[in-house]
Amino acid sequence: MSPGHHEPHKGARPDEDLGPRARRALAIHELLVDKEVIAAGEVEEQARRIQSRSLSDGSRVVARAWVDPEFKSRLLTDARSAVGELGLSLTRDAELAVVENTESVHHLVVCTLCSCYPTALLGPPPDWYKSAPYRRRAVAEPRAVMREFGLDLGESVQVRVIDSTADLRYLVLPRRPPGAEGLSEEALAALVTRDSMIGVTEARDP
Amino acid sequence: MGVVFCARPGRFRLGDAVVVRTETVDHHHRTPSFIKGKRGRVRAVSGPFPDPESRAHGGTGEPRRLLYHVEFRQAEVWAERCREGRADLLLMDLYEQWLEAAAGSERPPGFTTHKEEAT
Repeated sequence: MSPGHHEPHKGARPDEDLGPRARRALAIHELLVDKEVIAAGEVEEQARRIQSRSLSDGSRVVARAWVDPEFKSRLLTDARSAVGELGLSLTRDAELAVVENTESVHHLVVCTLCSCYPTALLGPPPDWYKSAPYRRRAVAEPRAVMREFGLDLGESVQVRVIDSTADLRYLVLPRRPPGAEGLSEEALAALVTRDSMIGVTEARDP
Repeated sequence: MGVVFCARPGRFRLGDAVVVRTETVDHHHRTPSFIKGKRGRVRAVSGPFPDPESRAHGGTGEPRRLLYHVEFRQAEVWAERCREGRADLLLMDLYEQWLEAAAGSERPPGFTTHKEEAT
């Protein structure tokens, strides 16, 4: 980018503080705005929207499924309309599927191609989810990866790795932890961690 | 659009044995190389989705492509590299144009779909 050619990017740090990838992204952004492919502020608005989503949306969905079997059944067959019942909305560009972990089946989600993730319910993915080692290893040695997260599954449990390659995002419905009987839906939601909804761990014990 | 497990008829149905095409293409596509040539089984038909191979290159995504949720055995995908959990599965979403019918397409007894598991 030749200095002085473009107006300084509004709100961005001076270029010299940025690494090469950030500078490249910034340059592309400026060009897209210059050429009117996107409007100024559109990227910021989308980023703000994603960051406004928090894990608590996903946790609420899981807690409701734990206490309401009929909701759970709807969630597993038509996630979009089920989360709508809780006042949550998905974006138009990606669908959502929810998969249930049980005593005998454990799901783990990875996107080996990039970083597809149910941001509509969980917000932006953690950095490790986007890292090359996670993407490479979660699909080939999921049990070893889960052990590093503190979850050691026996051979009686079948591990199902879901590689999220398309415009269909996956949310794991973790098992309800033992000893959580009698807890309010809100207290249950506090046991549902981000990692348990990716499937690298189970929900927290009460 | 909705996530419709078992939607309109496509080339493949639930339980069909399929092989992932081995073709190498130089445009954006959503079929990871490690799964090319592997044999799996259709676990769900997830419905028509805009074609990412068109959208990535300025196209409209039309015609939409049927997306299949395909089950692979980890022991077959990774062969000797699969050191534990040899009964584990890999489930992957693949677009219809990347799948071919495999020999032995009869459905095994007891094969269940997402929908059946959910109830």
